[in-house]
Amino acid sequence: MSACCACTTDNWAELERGYRAMLPEPVLAFIDENRNRPHSESMLIATLHMVQAHFGHLGPGHLEAVAQLMQIPLAKVTGAATFYHYFRLQPRGKYLINVCLGTACYVKGAEKVAQKLSDELGIHFGETSKDGIFSLESTRCVGTCGLAPVVMIGDEVHGPLTPGQVPALLESYLARAAEELVQS
Amino acid sequence: MSQMINLTIDGEPILVPAGTTVMDAAETLGIHIPRLCYHPELSLEGNCRVCVVQVEGFDHCLASCATTAWEGMEVQTNSPVIREARRDIVELLLDNHPKDCQTCDRDGVCELQNLAYRMGVRERHFEGKRKQFPIDDAGASVVRNAEKCILCGRCIRVCGEVQGVFNLSQHGRGFTTVVGPANLAPMDESACIQCGQCVSVCPTAAFLEQDHTERVWKALGYPRTEKHVVVTTAPAIRAALGEAFGLPMGTPVTGKMVTALRRMGFDAIFDVNFSADLTIMEEAHELLKRLEGGGPLPLLTSCSPGWVSFLEKFYPEMIPHMSSCKSPMQMQSTLIKTYYAKQKGMDPKDIYVVSVMPCVAKKFEAARPEHTLDGMPTTDAVITTRELAQMIKSYGIDFTRLPDSDFDHPLGTSSGAGDIFGATGGVMEAALRTAAFKLTGKNLGNLELTAVRGVTGEIREASISLAGKTLNVAVANGLQNAKVLLDAVKRGEKDYHLIEIMACPGGCICGGGQPYPPIGTYTMNHDLAQARAKALYRIDSGKTLRCSHDNPDIQKLYADFLGEPLGPTAHELLHTHYTARTPRGIR
Repeated sequence: MSACCACTTDNWAELERGYRAMLPEPVLAFIDENRNRPHSESMLIATLHMVQAHFGHLGPGHLEAVAQLMQIPLAKVTGAATFYHYFRLQPRGKYLINVCLGTACYVKGAEKVAQKLSDELGIHFGETSKDGIFSLESTRCVGTCGLAPVVMIGDEVHGPLTPGQVPALLESYLARAAEELVQS
Repeated sequence: MSQMINLTIDGEPILVPAGTTVMDAAETLGIHIPRLCYHPELSLEGNCRVCVVQVEGFDHCLASCATTAWEGMEVQTNSPVIREARRDIVELLLDNHPKDCQTCDRDGVCELQNLAYRMGVRERHFEGKRKQFPIDDAGASVVRNAEKCILCGRCIRVCGEVQGVFNLSQHGRGFTTVVGPANLAPMDESACIQCGQCVSVCPTAAFLEQDHTERVWKALGYPRTEKHVVVTTAPAIRAALGEAFGLPMGTPVTGKMVTALRRMGFDAIFDVNFSADLTIMEEAHELLKRLEGGGPLPLLTSCSPGWVSFLEKFYPEMIPHMSSCKSPMQMQSTLIKTYYAKQKGMDPKDIYVVSVMPCVAKKFEAARPEHTLDGMPTTDAVITTRELAQMIKSYGIDFTRLPDSDFDHPLGTSSGAGDIFGATGGVMEAALRTAAFKLTGKNLGNLELTAVRGVTGEIREASISLAGKTLNVAVANGLQNAKVLLDAVKRGEKDYHLIEIMACPGGCICGGGQPYPPIGTYTMNHDLAQARAKALYRIDSGKTLRCSHDNPDIQKLYADFLGEPLGPTAHELLHTHYTARTPRGIR
């Protein structure tokens, strides 16, 4: 054997260490528990749920770690993650704003409220504000049509809302975020 | 005997074995049901719906590729309802497809274009918003153009089922569904090994090779005092190039190819087969050295760049097993810029090397930083067989009427062992011919080692007795098969001395850069692979010079320039090294 091919070795141990460091312990335990079970690849979506519950979103590094540790091709993992609306690929803001675009809210002017939110925050649906405080999403009916048009921020319901009330509402959450920052 | 089933297709009764699909049953009656996502060598997807038929008792159409015939079934393949449904399906596919057939690389060899013509689509009835995606053309080898993609999924299937790479998947959903590597990353940053089988199976131009024809035209346009343009052709080209000019599958066209290249203005026309012989000299000595020195065994062949990338990404722990020999293409280019340059008294900077390859991955190989000489690439351009055919047509050469002519010297003479490099099992056979001579001091009585001649899509094993030693060898084509072999070796189940691996199913003759088969014939087709392989074996058996070590020009090269096989000069110029790469592939 010529000397020139003796300079590389397997890089798996090092890679595996790196990938394990990217995921929290419960997710690693779940992956390890399922590894040698039949059809362990069918646990992919359940695993992604756990990762998203922990981080709030699925980043490229998380997906790669899941793929490598579960030994499922990365293209399949990102294919599944991009197929389901539930999975978020961008980090989520501290407060998730859900604008109801259900029938009742819509006829009561939800679209104008949504436009105002979008303008104020400088983001579209599915995006997160630069300061990482707000994410903007739409939803279909939160079951409080009597308050239409309704906006949920975190798990708090606000309505009926006019576009003019939007800046003050956002301001109150910004103040709350600042206060929490000071306390911590 | 399996149970037989009676059914009627278009009113004609037919008897077929149970389990036959409606599509295959129709085929036996001479009825070719139009199809698009179907590929006989891949799993069924049934997603394009082009092959729909009407079945008595059903108020909806059934996909004939995915429907198994049953007793008493009555099928209509051409009723007015079906003809309209099929045409609507094709029209809807076209509505979401660019209207640039005239300037498309697949013009004339596009399955979608052909289908639309056959269906009688003469105008577009549906006009709506069309999907728009960026083109990924940054890769060294493969270009992905999702706008041309019709989501048939053949590329996803070949990449996973045949190559075991699983680099492609559908992303997103609905209107924005797009096929690509993980995270839609650029091809060269993905697990892609550049084999180009996605290019081969794609019915449209969603996957293509990176174009190098423009840089070749440019090189040919330089004044001859400035650039000396050398072309060198791989073994598999001569067995397939003729197909692009309407010649029957497996027509050897070596002489016409050389004449065409000479007419195009290349200054010297060399044969990569010469360096295939050289590879064998080095690799056979490497094998003998490892047999004497205790390993590491098995020795893995290193000619196929798709396989090299696969090893680096999927089995990096096996790198020490890989032969350190450069591929024949890289040996040839290195010799052109050293040995040949010296003979001609030229500065290697003034030589432009064009390689003609059946392979898409060779473009990536040529761009590897290991393959440079004083900072310049040894191979300047790599064109596929398809690209060469296009250039010959563009030049206006009437290929089929060309007279034969011979390669130039000193890098143009090859033994039959070099010719068979293009077929699965060929490298193994060539290596064993020379290893046998080195071990026993004489050539094998029967040079044709049919036991190692590979079969498309299958693993071949053999034990060969040489000078009291038994050599266990194995041959794999298609990287899913390579995985099976490597895993068996890793588990300690198999004790091989030499393994030949070619990335593409059937070997280089069915490489990702070979001409698209005529419409109706599919890549990986057994007859196509056999015809091309036979052409190479016929060239070999027709030669008097059949062993690499008997090639007088190889002997002269060692005597005048290289010294001994595996010697210091040979080591410096003809050998390379490999690196574990990321993303690590998932096996």
